[in-house]
Amino acid sequence: MNLAKTLLASTALTVAAGAVAAQDMESPVAGEPMADSMTLVSWGGAYQASQQNAYVEPYLEMNPGVSATWDESSNEAVAKLRAMNEAGNITWDLVDVVAADAIRLCDEGLAMEVDHDEILKPAPDGTDASDDFGDLIVSDCYIPQIVYSTTFGYRTDMVPEGVSAPDDVCDVWDLETYPGKRSLERRPINNMEWALYCDGVAKDEIYDVLATEEGQDRALAKLDEIKDEVIWWSAGADTPQLLADGEIFMGSTYNGRLFSVIEEQDQPVGMMWDMQVFDLDGWIIPEGLEEEELNRVLDFLWFATDTQRLADQAKYISYGPARESSAPLVDKHAELGIEMGPHMPTDPDNAENTLLYNYEFWADYRDDIDAKFQAWLAQ
Amino acid sequence: MSRLSSSGPQTADAPTPEDAFHETAALSDRDREPRHGAAADGPMLAADGTPLKKSLARALRAQKLRALALIAPLLIFVLVTFIAPIADMLFRSIENQIVQDTLPRTTAVVQDWNPDTGEPPSEAVYEALYRDLFLAAEARRHTRLGQRLNYEETGMSSLFRGTGRDVDDFGEANVETLEDLDDRWEEAAFWVELTSGEGGEGVVDAARERYMRLADLSSRSPLGDVWCAVKGVFAETCDVAPEDVDLGFSLSGTFAETFPRTAEAYAEFAVFMALEEGETVADDEPWEAVYVALDQDLRALSPEELAAYDGPNADALRAAQEALAEVPPVDFRAAFLNSDEDWADIDNWRTIQTYSPPYTTGYFLNAVDMQKTPEGPALRDADERIYGLLFQRTMFMSLVITFSCILLGYPVAWILANLPMRQANLLLILVLLPFWTSLLVRTSAWKVMLQQQGVINDVLVWLGLVADESRLIMINNQFGTIVAMTHILLPFMILPLYSVMQTIPPSYLRAAKSLGATNWTAFWRVYFPQTVPGIGAGSILVFILAIGYYITPEIVGGTTGTFISNRIAYHISSSLNWGLAAALGTILLVVVLVLYWAYDKIVGIDNVKLGG
Repeated sequence: MNLAKTLLASTALTVAAGAVAAQDMESPVAGEPMADSMTLVSWGGAYQASQQNAYVEPYLEMNPGVSATWDESSNEAVAKLRAMNEAGNITWDLVDVVAADAIRLCDEGLAMEVDHDEILKPAPDGTDASDDFGDLIVSDCYIPQIVYSTTFGYRTDMVPEGVSAPDDVCDVWDLETYPGKRSLERRPINNMEWALYCDGVAKDEIYDVLATEEGQDRALAKLDEIKDEVIWWSAGADTPQLLADGEIFMGSTYNGRLFSVIEEQDQPVGMMWDMQVFDLDGWIIPEGLEEEELNRVLDFLWFATDTQRLADQAKYISYGPARESSAPLVDKHAELGIEMGPHMPTDPDNAENTLLYNYEFWADYRDDIDAKFQAWLAQ
Repeated sequence: MSRLSSSGPQTADAPTPEDAFHETAALSDRDREPRHGAAADGPMLAADGTPLKKSLARALRAQKLRALALIAPLLIFVLVTFIAPIADMLFRSIENQIVQDTLPRTTAVVQDWNPDTGEPPSEAVYEALYRDLFLAAEARRHTRLGQRLNYEETGMSSLFRGTGRDVDDFGEANVETLEDLDDRWEEAAFWVELTSGEGGEGVVDAARERYMRLADLSSRSPLGDVWCAVKGVFAETCDVAPEDVDLGFSLSGTFAETFPRTAEAYAEFAVFMALEEGETVADDEPWEAVYVALDQDLRALSPEELAAYDGPNADALRAAQEALAEVPPVDFRAAFLNSDEDWADIDNWRTIQTYSPPYTTGYFLNAVDMQKTPEGPALRDADERIYGLLFQRTMFMSLVITFSCILLGYPVAWILANLPMRQANLLLILVLLPFWTSLLVRTSAWKVMLQQQGVINDVLVWLGLVADESRLIMINNQFGTIVAMTHILLPFMILPLYSVMQTIPPSYLRAAKSLGATNWTAFWRVYFPQTVPGIGAGSILVFILAIGYYITPEIVGGTTGTFISNRIAYHISSSLNWGLAAALGTILLVVVLVLYWAYDKIVGIDNVKLGG
């Protein structure tokens, strides 16, 4: 798939030669009247902190008199935006959502369609923004920021003696070699794919199989093998906590959370990059902003999504910048001082065997498979 | 202290309107009994000569009005901010207007289709769908419908999204024929000239109404008018109501009569331009659906009929008819199938047909693990049933939690009530302390306590009571939920019990004992019955809070300890199936009301005290 190629290409450390004067370009709304406050919606926690450090604070320093308020509602952004739209009162200016939600919001007309080349800064070498982001622009409303992945971490001190550390996603199912509890997300997405893959389905046929009733039963049957050993999580912080407490041997979560357990908290935890599932996170602008608010948002976006700023964000969290031109600029961690490149999900060594979140498929099958999955869980 | 019951103030000594009412009732009784002296002949009169009954009633009415006026602000506040939103939310459980609003023409014609024939619907249905879908796609409402129908039939979401992208290209050959024939067909002004005139208001109004329903634009209510008048005083203007927006265009009646489809499509275009874009038809060439409609209309007319048409640009129309005769008519069905072959799928069409009416029982059926089938409502497959189980589990666990609260709370409340004031107050603070701690912190603390590598297991292993390999599983199951929620809800049991126990004089127990009762008899026969109102109040509070909980079960419940509220929260914020969430919520509400009613019948709601 093209997206995968772009993801990998974005990490190839090709240093852009001959920076053009693109760096000095002003935002397209410079000089227009702008609101002096904005409400940003994000996820809270370390991710929001990385945004705050990488571009919100620098932006506010450049624009004294402007204030930014955070609303940590991204996980229910679609529901809330829909409710705001029904009430006719949009109180958010810029909303951070995952790609699936962005597509949904764009489809429903709740997010504004944007011309990426017009509102986003070109790369330092002059490449247009739309080429720089490439296939990561999965929707006309979406301004991607980072690539993250859902993958497995395991306790290095719980690996039985004489056995090599797990490096295959199917080791999750191997209770004999790797006895111990696992943690999986309490929803079908990702779990069903991994189950089918480990049941012998070829990677490019997973979604065809999963679309059939037999395929869904097959995935659940595979999950049945480990059901008794699984703790189901619903918040991204659960698996890191369970790993740190030694409650589980291995568990799935977002790669940034694992990074913080391993490097920041120094726990005996290892990364398993095999069959990590890529997903995106980025901004959408709600439809129906007042002109001055919109100008402020556009001015902010111009700055916050440029090549340097997206590279800066990787100093605070181990998610890959969505711009191809940002990859070579990824630096050391701001506090730990370790090289961040090898911790990126898009690093070639980590991305040998990956899967892409299939937005189209899950938009259709989510309700149906979720009903089955939840009924299976409750049995 | 206040009572939960609504039987009115019973402790107040002051006269109340109700007292007056009882007096009048007594007076009227007296009227009916002629034995009582002189007044027996006529009604009793007040000092000013009016009948006493009337004058009392008047005084009473004034009093009641004053009382009503006093509570009016609160009443209105509660109505507007609490009752109305809840009613609105519950209403969603049966509301299904989205299908009819988005596909008005399709839902009308698809009713005649008989799915049992095994054939997909006729070309007319596909044509209606094209016209509906084109407008819906322009207004970006079609994916919302796709999502709605996807709850019933998997695959509808992408079907609508995908075809919504392609629908612009349907009948491309015919559109291009027109445009190639004469450059004027691409000019906005030419179209305005062609269609303008007088007498087509009906078509335009219908289009406006259709569009307003599609885009969920409500016309301004009288209340809105008042609000705008108020705003006007402060020199702020309201936006023009959608029903009053000037289209800057007026449709010709003759044109509408001769070219009905084109007129309809063009009117929709005009409404869309005015309401959505803030422009008029003169600003842009019409969208493809108008060309396709004209193609349809021209084919429906014979050359003679067209020759009789004497509106503006009739020559261009005649030329168009000739040119279009060279290309085949638009095959809507083929175009839809070309976009996505699932449009030939009987099940998809059956879903559209079944869910055409503006109200549906579908959500409620879904909420009780059933679904609509051609043979009527039927149970879902066993591997998809979940809500019945969850409702049962929610009820059962809430009852267990309530009983655990009684068991743990009763002795605590007893100690509190029997200690000297100073110590009791100190202990009371300890009971209230958890209230000042975040719910999440309290729940997470239980995680630390109960998990397999947690405090309790560690202690048990250290004591040698449990082997290290077989640590107890106390979390991520029902046990964990019950423990954590009992802890969280305990104060709601202790407080009413405490305030009831405080009012029971200790001398009762002493009297019972001095009369020869054993400790147990004195407690069970004398003390306990007096605390029942406190148990009742505490149980109602705890039970009702428990069945609505979802954060704690989500964190410590695992798969066997989650409640129905967790599914409601999921449908509200993740799957966005608000209809199903509303249906589940309504069922939960009804269950609570039934239980409340049963409690009233069995124990008596008068027997509930929150305090002495």
